[in-house]
Amino acid sequence: MKSPVLVLLACAAVSLHEAENLSKPIEALRAVQKEGLGNEAAGKAWQEIVKADAANLPEVLKGMNGANPLAENWLRAAVGVIADEALKAKKLPVEALVSFLKDTKNSPGARVVAFDLIHRADVKLAEDLTPTLLEDPSSDLRRHPVAKLIEAGNAALEKKEAGAAIAAYGKGLGGARDEDQIKELAKKLRDLGQKVDLPKHFGFLMNWKMIAAFSNADRSGFDTVYPPEKELKFDATYEGKVKSAKWVDFTSADEYGKIDFNKPFGMEKSVVGYAATDFFSTEDRAAEIRIGCKNGWKVWLNGELLFARDEYHRGAKLDQYKLPCQLKKGKNTLLVKCCQNEQTENWTTEWEFQLRVCDATGTAILAAK
Amino acid sequence: MKTISMCVLMCLAAGLAKADWLQFRGPNASAVSTEAKVPAEEVKIAWTADLPGRGLSAPIVVGDKVFVTCASGPGQETLHVFCFNAADGSKRWERAMRSTGRTMTHPKTSVAAPTPCSDGDRVFALYSSNDLFAFDLEGNLLWLRGLTFDYANASNSLGMSQSPVVVDGTLVVQSENDSESFAAGLDVATGRNKWKMDRPKAANWSSATVWKGAVALQSSKGILAVEPATGKMVWDYSDGASTIPSSVVTGEALYAVSHGITALAPEKGSVTQIWRNEKLNPGTASPLVLGEYIYVVNGAGVVIKASLKNGDELWKLRLKGPFSGSPVAAGKHIYAVNERGIFQVIDPEAPEGKVTQEIELKETVLTTPAISGGAIYVRSDSKLWKLQ
Repeated sequence: MKSPVLVLLACAAVSLHEAENLSKPIEALRAVQKEGLGNEAAGKAWQEIVKADAANLPEVLKGMNGANPLAENWLRAAVGVIADEALKAKKLPVEALVSFLKDTKNSPGARVVAFDLIHRADVKLAEDLTPTLLEDPSSDLRRHPVAKLIEAGNAALEKKEAGAAIAAYGKGLGGARDEDQIKELAKKLRDLGQKVDLPKHFGFLMNWKMIAAFSNADRSGFDTVYPPEKELKFDATYEGKVKSAKWVDFTSADEYGKIDFNKPFGMEKSVVGYAATDFFSTEDRAAEIRIGCKNGWKVWLNGELLFARDEYHRGAKLDQYKLPCQLKKGKNTLLVKCCQNEQTENWTTEWEFQLRVCDATGTAILAAK
Repeated sequence: MKTISMCVLMCLAAGLAKADWLQFRGPNASAVSTEAKVPAEEVKIAWTADLPGRGLSAPIVVGDKVFVTCASGPGQETLHVFCFNAADGSKRWERAMRSTGRTMTHPKTSVAAPTPCSDGDRVFALYSSNDLFAFDLEGNLLWLRGLTFDYANASNSLGMSQSPVVVDGTLVVQSENDSESFAAGLDVATGRNKWKMDRPKAANWSSATVWKGAVALQSSKGILAVEPATGKMVWDYSDGASTIPSSVVTGEALYAVSHGITALAPEKGSVTQIWRNEKLNPGTASPLVLGEYIYVVNGAGVVIKASLKNGDELWKLRLKGPFSGSPVAAGKHIYAVNERGIFQVIDPEAPEGKVTQEIELKETVLTTPAISGGAIYVRSDSKLWKLQ
């Protein structure tokens, strides 16, 4: 009786020792910064980590929690090497990886890696876990159950069970965070006579005050500080490019939340416009402002510049730019500067943006009022 | 006995060195194999390997290893580097990383658009997201960079495709776009910047060439040649150049994709124009020089043969186009794959040029082949082929 206990204790000690040994190299990977700072130490540390026993995989994955994206990649590569060997030797610690996956305090990126490893080791187990991921903090992990619900809805439709199909598609839409899946589900539900509120699902801000047109001659308007950047007085009138500029109310009718300057102000070229709105948050919280825009743009939240981008007509898409920010409880004021350039080709007419407020998963944060 | 062994070893080493195709368009970015061993007169598919994601990057070959990159996932966020055995196409290793920069591209291109390069010991894999990874040949991660993580406005919403080059311990990368446009020389051992310079604020998909030890950076403004170790200007040609097809070099001249083709003889600080032919107008594909002739594939899929001495046209041959990838050559043949995956072998010595063989790969191919060890490597969005 004594011997097995001793063996267990010895194993635990070895495991603890290995974990302790890994803490320093993991820290070296987590210490990498911009412009390659820390790469040399990380390279050496990486070599130590990949020699670790597969039992340490959860520990290495845990290193990704709170790490910057560069450090995540260092750790992701190390996990890949250890896991490849473990899978060959059938030594992947699947149970520990399942525990790691189930603990949603672990970072979404690390949990995606854990799920992929579980899937490589045991497809059936991964499929059994899939339904539990529908409300997951990781939008990547949500894709799997949403895909299953789309399949279930399609199967129900084939059997002419419209009610079951609507239930599956509706549940899928509730969990879906990626545009392709949301579009597919919205179409299927609408084909079945169901109403889908896409602006609400995405969290697009639809109501704005807009003012234009200031000059963007030679694209210099991007850096010119026009009056709306100094004050938000919605009853003011300013000197514009060719005529006076006044604020107007604008409500988007586009279900992807496009705020189109061409509509209230005409199809102008070499111009700058601004849009402002208030967003009422129920609490102080972290959030993301996500913007899609093919014009030059700047975004301010409560007077703080979040990001500025001077690229014109190279394309726009949903969530093209993700701007982490902090919302305060109550009123938050958003100001968007949207610059149109001088190009005259028919693919350069757009002078617009779409903007939504959501969490890091892409789940809409709806305004309190 | 010892001497014979040494000879054998030296020959083997020389053979290995010759078998390398280390960057976009191979040795010296000339698109022409320098090996004595050339593909068979009639080429056949030797093996096919599956890829899990899309890519326009060309394969590269280091000794007996073939490297290729691709991107997978709904937003192309997963960045793969594969190493295959050249002999049988079996996978030696794979690394899957995650983009830290923007992955938006035009639907036709991909996040895995720049071709990786190697200095023979390391493989440098760059992506449109500006993620850059350095591995040794066995797949050990040596260092990484997130160039958009470092420089937040360095991106192009249409996607980027400039392939890096490595010269004497410096990896030269370009991230030339409408916003935060730059080129940089990185230490191959650490990935740290040796130098970084602003580049014209204009989208650019062309890749650098190396001529007489200087790295020639092409853009809409022209071609700026810099010392790889310092980024200091060596010479500057400022009469404009293409932002898509890349220039080609020989020992004597640089054939710039500028106003058609402009043959240049750059010297320190100045550039002499040898000739210019505005009718030699490449489409997307970059030109190649084989023997005493330059070959240009225009936007209509017509290959034009012209004299290297004066740019005079000799003949035109219509291929089955269109082409996104560039032609390559070995021995007496030119190889080109069109967007529909039709692999075409051209005999450029025939009086009017002649297509001698076609193989339908039955996949969309938007990239440039690699040649090594008497074999041609071609990749699509889902496959890598060895033809020999």
